[in-house]
Amino acid sequence: MDLIDQILIQTINGIVTGMILALVASGLTLIFGIMDVVNFAHGELFMLGAYVGVLTLSATGSFWLAFVAASLVIALLGAAIYLVTLRPLLGRDPLTTILATFGVSLVLQNYALWQFGPAARKIQEPITGHFSLFYLDYPYYRLVIAALAGAIMGGLWLFLKYGTYGIWIRATTQDRVMAQAMGIPVPWVLAGVFAIGSAMAAASGVLYGPTVGVNYAMGIDWVLKAFIVVVVGGMGNLGGSVLAAIFISLLEAYASLWVSPSQAVIVSFVALILTLLFRPTGLFVATPK
Amino acid sequence: MSAAAAIAAAPADPLLSVEGIHTYYGKSHILNGVSLSVGRGEVVGLLGRNGVGKSTTLKAIAGLVRVSQGAVRFDGRAITALPAHRLARLGIGYVPEDRRIFPLLTVMENLRTGLDRHGVSKARKAELVDKLFAFFPRLAERRNQLGGTLSGGEQQMLAIARAMMLEPKIILLDEPTEGLMPRMVSQIREIIAALHADGVAVLLVEQNVPLTLEAGERIYFIEKGEVRHHARAADLRVDDPVIHRYLGV
Amino acid sequence: MRDRRLLIYWLGFAVVLALLTAAPLVLPEFWRRFLTEILIWGLLAMSSDLLIGYTGMVSFGHSAFFGLGMYGAAAALLTTRPPSLWLALFYGLAAAAAVAAFVAYFSTRLRDIYFAITTLIFSQIFYVIIFTSTNLTGGENGLNFRRPALAIPGLFSIPLTPAALHWFVLAVVAGSYLILRRITQSPFGMVLQSIRENEARTRAIGYPVERYKIVAVMLSGLFAGLAGVLYAIQNQFAAPDFVFFLVSGETVIYNVIGGIGTLVGPLVGAGFFLVLREGFSRFFTEFYLIPLGVIFIAIVIFLPQGLLGFARRWLNR
Repeated sequence: MDLIDQILIQTINGIVTGMILALVASGLTLIFGIMDVVNFAHGELFMLGAYVGVLTLSATGSFWLAFVAASLVIALLGAAIYLVTLRPLLGRDPLTTILATFGVSLVLQNYALWQFGPAARKIQEPITGHFSLFYLDYPYYRLVIAALAGAIMGGLWLFLKYGTYGIWIRATTQDRVMAQAMGIPVPWVLAGVFAIGSAMAAASGVLYGPTVGVNYAMGIDWVLKAFIVVVVGGMGNLGGSVLAAIFISLLEAYASLWVSPSQAVIVSFVALILTLLFRPTGLFVATPK
Repeated sequence: MSAAAAIAAAPADPLLSVEGIHTYYGKSHILNGVSLSVGRGEVVGLLGRNGVGKSTTLKAIAGLVRVSQGAVRFDGRAITALPAHRLARLGIGYVPEDRRIFPLLTVMENLRTGLDRHGVSKARKAELVDKLFAFFPRLAERRNQLGGTLSGGEQQMLAIARAMMLEPKIILLDEPTEGLMPRMVSQIREIIAALHADGVAVLLVEQNVPLTLEAGERIYFIEKGEVRHHARAADLRVDDPVIHRYLGV
Repeated sequence: MRDRRLLIYWLGFAVVLALLTAAPLVLPEFWRRFLTEILIWGLLAMSSDLLIGYTGMVSFGHSAFFGLGMYGAAAALLTTRPPSLWLALFYGLAAAAAVAAFVAYFSTRLRDIYFAITTLIFSQIFYVIIFTSTNLTGGENGLNFRRPALAIPGLFSIPLTPAALHWFVLAVVAGSYLILRRITQSPFGMVLQSIRENEARTRAIGYPVERYKIVAVMLSGLFAGLAGVLYAIQNQFAAPDFVFFLVSGETVIYNVIGGIGTLVGPLVGAGFFLVLREGFSRFFTEFYLIPLGVIFIAIVIFLPQGLLGFARRWLNR
């Protein structure tokens, strides 16, 4: 068991986790960059996505159906949350959005606890089987996760860059008032963005579900890490948050070679502190403003 | 020219009719009962000193500022409480004072914000774009350039072009010649003339009196949030005492 | 006119104080303990109001100060025989102050949302450290210790019975309130409020805004740590759960519900929330936190100034 082998394995682990974290974080970044909303409930959307996945899977037996169902259902939930709690707060201090979404996260967490109980549930991975990676039997599924997450993010990027709705979203981000004056239905764009961000969180939840248990508290860790990623990557910077997610996950993966996983998270905290000290606009932002 | 005769010159069935609107900014009373009208295809000027409420009037018509009292009617319907994006779809184009083109969108993407509407066929869109680029060759050259990298004059053209993509019935122009070179000012004159030829009404807010008198058919004068005077452009000269009264220092 | 208002205020204060003092004599033990806990959480909420309500800095990091105060007290009570109340206070406050200085240094240069997120992350840093340092802190299981007596060695020793403990806590909380009130009304407090209103202008006038902010964070942290010490003494137990960022979140909830910028509001908010939670948990045994969350969201949207917000000017005389 060479150290080199271990490092290489951790590299792959880091990239896989990093891609999921990137998917979660880019939903958060999208919502923050376009709507100036800090979505504390993002982790719970991740968690509920996983639960919808569990339910759909046991009802239909198809993982991919579960994947799609979770994304759609949680997208709707996201739109509903936006309309009920965030639209009334438009124009107020952005800090009120943290409070409102924090309240939402409490409600959603306890709803999950109430409906599903504290015991973890399992999602069966769609692709079983391992291949030989050095001394380990490495599951194929983990590579599938990374590839899918990448595909989704790539799709998002294309959508934002080329589609009509992508232009609407970018225009709304750059000048909300003039976007309205150009006939862009800004209230719907905002609801749509929140729905997309929520769907991304849900998709991550379903994808990641098979590798851990699905339970009501699974979102908490993710939302914290996602926030770190968003700040380190540069708030509102999609490319930056992807890079930051992979960077931080790699660091944690390497750190867990020497310390326990629960201590390895300190690495991400340190990364945050260093970023705030030296490059507060984000490590992966081209020019510090 | 008597006030009565001037009012009589106002169109009988106006495209846009603003009736005694009031707006506030916090506790400040900005518009104090503004009334004016614009006929179909008419070019109307709005003159006044800085800070009297000219821009606010346009914003109120475009739905970007809330009207607390009074009414706005457009194309036969009451539009006072409608949201801005609905008004744009109904045919009100707005070109703000500081241009405000989308800086991180390309010229083409800026145009698309107005072009991408329901019920417009691809062929029609292509036609509109071609017509536009024929009229604004400089924009055609820079179609893939980011809006923020254009010069001031080019951004002004883009702002107007973008509004034209809505195929509006009226365009609200807020000080289009501000900060532009004299050569560009004459281009603005041409653009207004072209809009007029196309049957698009124009409500022009300006500080540039000669341009306004030349392009406009009727002129309203605003002071302290109210329309105080109304005349036909043909009856006014640049050094008219009326001009001095409402625009002089 | 002003004197009359002040008179009413102090009368009100005296009445409330009298009621709270009489409480242990009339309430059954469960509710007595409940009330004492409301006071302690109220103190924590008050401490964060100094930042949120008066300086305009929303902190999600108060669980760190609270927790370190708790563990500091634990350290004192576990390592000295007999356990000394004063040492517990000292250790707890020192630990909280150290953490506050650390957090203040890194986060005060940040504004608004970034400050909120950073303080949240910091409370998690401390959570992880405490959770994983099992040898030192007992890790997940926490620490158990005995309650000290209120004593001055050689002079007297009053065992902290439930009633005595309640009065001790009441005295500390009331005293803290008065001190915090004095601080907010002092020139220092005025500068803090000026920072809240318009930071750029305050800086332009010439005030070293960062320094004021750092002091504000440290003061806030001190009182939060004090609450932690009190909690440790009341419950004879220290656990990492109290350092978890959710505790910070609850603190902010108490502030928002009660009304920021009033000092008393957060305490009322804590009481309101805790009483509702107790009530709901008996009624809706399983999902009782859901209606509570909904009420909180409704307050954020419809009553952003909080329950006592209407009295804000009045409470600050």
